[in-house]
Amino acid sequence: MHKLATREDLETTRQQHLLDRKKINKTIIICGGTGCTASRSQDVINAINQELLAQDMDSSVHLRVTGCHGFCEQGPIMVIEPGNIFYCHVTPDDAHDIVALTLRDGEIIERLLYTDPVSGIKIRTESEIPFYRAQDRQLLSRNREVNPCSIEDYIAVGGYTALVKVLDSLSPEEIIHEIKVSGLRGRGGGGFPTGRKWAECHEAPGDEKYVICNADEGDPGAYMDRCVLEGNPYLVLEGMMIGAYAVGATKGYIYVRNEYPLAVKHARLTVQQARKYGLLGEDILGSSFSFDVDVARGGGAFVCGESTALMASLEGKVGEPRPKDVHTVVDGLWHKPTTLNNVETWANVPSIILNGAKWFASKGTKGSKGTKILALTGRIKNTGLVEVAMGTPIRDVVFTIGGGAVDGKAIKAVQTGGPSGGCLPVDKFDLPVDFDVLYEAGSMVGSGGMVVMDESSCMVDVAKYFLTFLQDESCGMCVSCRLGIDRMLEIITDITEGRGTLEQLDLLEELADTVTQTSLCGLGKTAANPVLSTLRYFREEYEAHINEKRCPAGVCKALIEYSIDPEKCTGCGRCKQACIHGAISGEKKEPHVIDPELCQKCGICRSECKHEAIQVK
Amino acid sequence: MNLSKLEYILKGRSSQPHQLIEVLQDVQESYGYIPEQAMREISKTLGVPLIEVYRVASFYKAFKLKPSGKYVITICNGTACHVRGSQLLLDQAISQLGIQPGEVTEDGLFSIECVNCLGACALGPIASENGSYHHHMTPAKLRKYIESIHREEKEEVKHAQAGYERRPGDYAAAASPR
Repeated sequence: MHKLATREDLETTRQQHLLDRKKINKTIIICGGTGCTASRSQDVINAINQELLAQDMDSSVHLRVTGCHGFCEQGPIMVIEPGNIFYCHVTPDDAHDIVALTLRDGEIIERLLYTDPVSGIKIRTESEIPFYRAQDRQLLSRNREVNPCSIEDYIAVGGYTALVKVLDSLSPEEIIHEIKVSGLRGRGGGGFPTGRKWAECHEAPGDEKYVICNADEGDPGAYMDRCVLEGNPYLVLEGMMIGAYAVGATKGYIYVRNEYPLAVKHARLTVQQARKYGLLGEDILGSSFSFDVDVARGGGAFVCGESTALMASLEGKVGEPRPKDVHTVVDGLWHKPTTLNNVETWANVPSIILNGAKWFASKGTKGSKGTKILALTGRIKNTGLVEVAMGTPIRDVVFTIGGGAVDGKAIKAVQTGGPSGGCLPVDKFDLPVDFDVLYEAGSMVGSGGMVVMDESSCMVDVAKYFLTFLQDESCGMCVSCRLGIDRMLEIITDITEGRGTLEQLDLLEELADTVTQTSLCGLGKTAANPVLSTLRYFREEYEAHINEKRCPAGVCKALIEYSIDPEKCTGCGRCKQACIHGAISGEKKEPHVIDPELCQKCGICRSECKHEAIQVK
Repeated sequence: MNLSKLEYILKGRSSQPHQLIEVLQDVQESYGYIPEQAMREISKTLGVPLIEVYRVASFYKAFKLKPSGKYVITICNGTACHVRGSQLLLDQAISQLGIQPGEVTEDGLFSIECVNCLGACALGPIASENGSYHHHMTPAKLRKYIESIHREEKEEVKHAQAGYERRPGDYAAAASPR
């Protein structure tokens, strides 16, 4: 590895790596992202490596371990090129066949193909799978092109060409203009126009400026930033470099959640490699642009996703927000002008520079441009990371890409935007993924979490869940947030435990309004959203808890009872054996019964029963 | 406590108050928690008042002020895991081990952590043991899993003389995939 002194050096290096790549025409791409790693993809990778050696194929096949491909539910997954052959749920025992049959002879292994849950048909290639076909994967598709630990891979596929374009031919003002025209808005949740942010920071007085990449993805149920930073950290860094050049910053920080060890590792490695190549440091690629980046680990506080709290944390302090009378673009980190953007926002920058603002703005709606990565999870068939053009109806995401409900249950709602967002009922599923439209509907796009709920999810419990989360995460500075969330949670707890009254619902709405109006930061201002949106769309569930002392979804423990359906029970005895509370009795091959006095509602019997005989009412 | 690791962590960071969180991260990683003595040393070296060191250490979730058990059972309670029943997993761990989240069992073997999101939402509910993830967990699977660690621990005591040693994390293979 040598330092790249000029733009020509970069181009020469690229050509070399491209030649190296072309020498080997077979590539096996295995996902090493967090999801597939949890499904033991490392064992698969080791086994494939061994087989390649054993079958003397190691020099004719290129094994590329990449970041997340998105279809985590099917992990460990792999794609074999050429041919775009997609294998899922691969185990180490399959390695021999994959090398011997598919890689050597080009034969397809039927048992490893993906079966479409809707049609039941086995699908051969990645591009034909409905989950992928309905997406517009501008960012995510690039994960599979690079090994996230190899800067050479990134350079080979055109990495840093946007940076070169900027250094060669664009002034900071021209870049900012381009970003403004593209209509790019912050992907972290706020949806603030990125170009405007950059312009204000560029115009702010001062020689010392900073750029920050916010990778403190604290939203529960969201992991897109993790996958972009883990899977293609170079892209994020290139975006930051362009941003730094535009606003006039010489120093940047990647603030990444410590709960994401792989993202921390890859971000650090990227910075090290970029420094060695001279892509970070003084006079980058022979220009007068100097820039360096440090990786800082977050301490695990949701409030640090808020820009001023994040900056306090970077300064080594407690992550408490401060008033933003003067914006952080003027008075930010160490009181210097600072541009803070989210991982996905930075990752969008290089392609806007390369393909032009018009290309980016051609996708999406009037107010929301480009594509958005969504973490599609919860009670649906195909869970994973999806990327769609802004404006795509929620219905398409949940049903076409997500494949619809599981276990024959009816889908009831989708929760978008994390703890600051809200729950939207099925009859709102025609709404598009659009910053402004979802906000109007009482929710938000947020960072892109999309948790699908069906009739087995209790909406009062969901509101309680978010309040518990927010109570825990409130920094405690504002009285209204600290105490308001506490009081709201008390009321909701009363309702879920059968002590609620209808008058409490009015009080709940009043409290929600006060917390929203009088909190300082985004966390407090939006803390009431999960309560307000569930009250707005699912009031009948609250009323069932209050009036009938009943939890329609069978979730709230104080209001439910476990029983065994004698029609379905085969008397196998699994539940009886599993119950640690001794609450189940019955003779072999005869229907069993649960003693409600002894039952602790722990759910073990239900997860053990093979016949779905355990009922919760 | 072994001070040499702390000295190594603090090397080159003297009088740099903004390094506080990074230093605490390293101490947490090396010692498994933030010992009081370490906070006193950090305060002196970085030039940060002790109360501020304590304030930061107690504010952020990443820092533990007490040692954890040998096996940290972490239950993810992110939204996606929650709608797939993670609360039942937490209840299971609490009732089986007889401790609350943040506590350690008397024998020092287990502690329970409840976290807001481990970021593997598509595979929920997730439980992890010392950082190794187990997906699509059920209360029954978790119970068997904790039992298996208990069993192995007992065997390890038996095999101790034979020089048999097992590291945390080896249980990865024990949890049955879906």
